[in-house]
Amino acid sequence: MAAFGKERSAGASPAPAPPVERSSFYREKDKNIRNSYLILFIMAAILALLGAAIGGAYGAPDIGVGVAFTIALFLGWWSWARGASTIMWMSGATQVDHNKEPMLYNVVEEMKIASGLPMPEVYVMESAAPNAFATGRDPERSAVAVTRGLLNKLDRDELQGVIAHEMAHIGNYDIRYAMLAAVLAGAIAMISDAFLRGGGRRRGPRGGNPILLLLAILLAVLAPFSAYLLQMAVSRKRELLADATAVQFTRNPEGLASALAKIALDPEPLEGANRATQHMYIINPVKSFSMSSAAMFATHPPTAARINALRKMGAQV
Amino acid sequence: MATSGFIFLGVLVAIILFVVAMYNSLVRLRQQVKNAWSQIDVQLKRRYDLIPNLVEVVKDYMSYEQETLQKVIQARGEAMKATKVSDRAQKEGMLTEALKSLFALSENYPDLKANQNVMKLQEELTSTENKIAFSRQFYNDSVMELNTKCEMFPSNIIASTFGFKQEEFFSIPEVEREPVKVNLR
Repeated sequence: MAAFGKERSAGASPAPAPPVERSSFYREKDKNIRNSYLILFIMAAILALLGAAIGGAYGAPDIGVGVAFTIALFLGWWSWARGASTIMWMSGATQVDHNKEPMLYNVVEEMKIASGLPMPEVYVMESAAPNAFATGRDPERSAVAVTRGLLNKLDRDELQGVIAHEMAHIGNYDIRYAMLAAVLAGAIAMISDAFLRGGGRRRGPRGGNPILLLLAILLAVLAPFSAYLLQMAVSRKRELLADATAVQFTRNPEGLASALAKIALDPEPLEGANRATQHMYIINPVKSFSMSSAAMFATHPPTAARINALRKMGAQV
Repeated sequence: MATSGFIFLGVLVAIILFVVAMYNSLVRLRQQVKNAWSQIDVQLKRRYDLIPNLVEVVKDYMSYEQETLQKVIQARGEAMKATKVSDRAQKEGMLTEALKSLFALSENYPDLKANQNVMKLQEELTSTENKIAFSRQFYNDSVMELNTKCEMFPSNIIASTFGFKQEEFFSIPEVEREPVKVNLR
């Protein structure tokens, strides 16, 4: 627990918090919408390259590109139209209302008011591991999900902090960016995987260019990896920003700080999460990454660093 | 000659676009302040509606605390009558105060704490208190943003030209800053 102690350095007296300006809450919004287009473009390029190389290995690069784009377009359209509910379904979450979960629903309503955003749909995942995430394409069509473990293990203030963090992701359009990143990285991984398995079983395709075959194998190995790196790099910074925005909503850094500590230290594994959705959660549910590593593969900054940053805000209030 | 004409035209268009953008952001802010105010209103009304239920459930258990219950009912009545922003803020603060002492007293009644209806009402009132606090926070942040724009150059020119006015903060007495802690565990 030492890492989560209140480390308030005696000498450094932080400047008082500047007056809060409402629009500054969502200063990352435009950047995220731009980034969504950028990631779309880069991943489309990776897809085209991958499609061309695989198609080339079979002697038809143009068909390869066509197939790759068809898959990506379909997945992109699907996530745009039904992304939130698909992700909720994949995570095994069920929608709840005020009657079923009065406290959770009330807390979401409170943060809706504090953030000035529309009301998201509220979901619960029946897992003992405490965690939460938000998704959707924009604030009007967004959803937050929390686990049963989160409801059982956190008190009201902590839950409020977690929901505030999720509302910050929604207001910043992190949800759109994260969803597109997940879908496209997923598509690239899927195509690469299918090629590597299929190619291996039939001892390599016939009639294709051997150099292109080698290139295709290389790309199939590297493409998912680079898509993954792209996905991770951006999401680390988003977490710190969402933590800060959450405090602007609740004006209570301690709630979120102690929630993060509880979630990170909880030993239960989360069943619904996997590599495709891990970056969406408030604390990375794929445990080996989350606690201490600040490596480039981590989707989140180290939790201790996040808690310290929050407690410093607390010292200012 | 032609180039300087184009430059003049370009600058003119840029200025017009700038003024339009600023005007629109002022309109958006004024609307936001209005919405925020009605949100406070919604939550305060919700509190008025919840209080009679609470008093009804609680009064059998707390027959010795007639005075406190009376204070809550009275504070509710006065708050409902207030119309001016500053007056309303003060009366609502008194109601919050009265509720706080009621909940503090309820700590002495274990039967009350175990009652399912009371627990439900408790959660609803806690949440309503929070919603009042957060809608006030959102209102005040919005008012601050609007007022800043009305004062700062160059948006102040546009604000005064089109008659945008500064709004009043929904402030509360210093003692009442802490949100009500309703704890019946």
